[in-house]
Amino acid sequence: MAHLLEETSHVQAIPADRAKIMKLWKIAGVLLVVTIIEFIFAFTMPRGWLLIAVFVSLTIVKAFYIVSEFMHLKHETKVLIWSIIVPMIFVIWLLVALINEGGAILQVR
Amino acid sequence: MASTAVAEQTEKNLWGGGVSPFKASYGKLMMWFFLLSDAFTFSGLLITYGLLRYSYPAYQGKISDFVASYDYWPVPEKIFDAVPFLHGVSIPLAFVGLMTFILIMSSVTMVLAVEAGHRMDRKAVMRWMLWTIAGGIAFLACQAWEWTHFIHGTDHGLTLANGVTVFGANLSQNEYGPQLFADLFFFITGFHGTHVLSGVVLNVIIFYQASMGTFEQRGHYEMVEKVGLYWHFVDLVWVFVFTFFYLI
Repeated sequence: MAHLLEETSHVQAIPADRAKIMKLWKIAGVLLVVTIIEFIFAFTMPRGWLLIAVFVSLTIVKAFYIVSEFMHLKHETKVLIWSIIVPMIFVIWLLVALINEGGAILQVR
Repeated sequence: MASTAVAEQTEKNLWGGGVSPFKASYGKLMMWFFLLSDAFTFSGLLITYGLLRYSYPAYQGKISDFVASYDYWPVPEKIFDAVPFLHGVSIPLAFVGLMTFILIMSSVTMVLAVEAGHRMDRKAVMRWMLWTIAGGIAFLACQAWEWTHFIHGTDHGLTLANGVTVFGANLSQNEYGPQLFADLFFFITGFHGTHVLSGVVLNVIIFYQASMGTFEQRGHYEMVEKVGLYWHFVDLVWVFVFTFFYLI
């Protein structure tokens, strides 16, 4: 059975680039720090529109790092970047429309 | 006639194939467009949460005096404050913070697996895929505990106006606030959890194929990249669920 345990692969792996891997860990660090900042704000700031604005901005910061670096979108062609980003306009429109609607329901409830 | 055919061959023909304007493979491009459509689905769910939350009165008093009621939307940090093995101790958002940490770390190990795939390093791909699978299973286990706690409820429950006390939440009663709060909790975190579950299944398949040398035979590890895109998307959605469900 010894031959089964032997290394069957003859593909030569390219050695790792330390700078590239350090960059990935650095982005992970940014994501964790931003999450910790969110926690601090959650317990120290009074609830209200300002706090919601802070949370939404920090979430967009995290989303930017995940999509651009982890999902590599920043390094794709322009046409691919825009064909993913531009349709998000519809989400913003839906958000504005429905939050507005929610306020209207509150008035008549 | 022969001269026309020659001219077509030498001229760069946009519709003749061999040109990829997105400079990405078919599979990766379609994964991106699938994720775009999935982003719309999750946006629909989260914006519905925003609509319904805003259509209920907000809690007005001091946060420390908060008690659940059918009359106003609950303050999430007062609802999600339970931690396993610490029964009755209120530690707001600690457990959901741990879940966020687990999912971000599994996203990092996934990106390291993709990086190892670029270098054709089979052993490193297997190692990082295994960490990613472990992270995914840990997240699902945490969510199972959170759901169990949410369904069974607290010791005190909520006493309604008619004198009946309800414990925990399901689709017809809810001790944490308006019924819709529980419905949205089950729907949104459940839909995300289903994505995590299918992501873990895909990761296991990729781990198996990497260990069998399928990608080495194929000459590239692009499949790791495609499943990686999906896994990062699941993490991305959690970032939004975390903000809109647990923080705001």
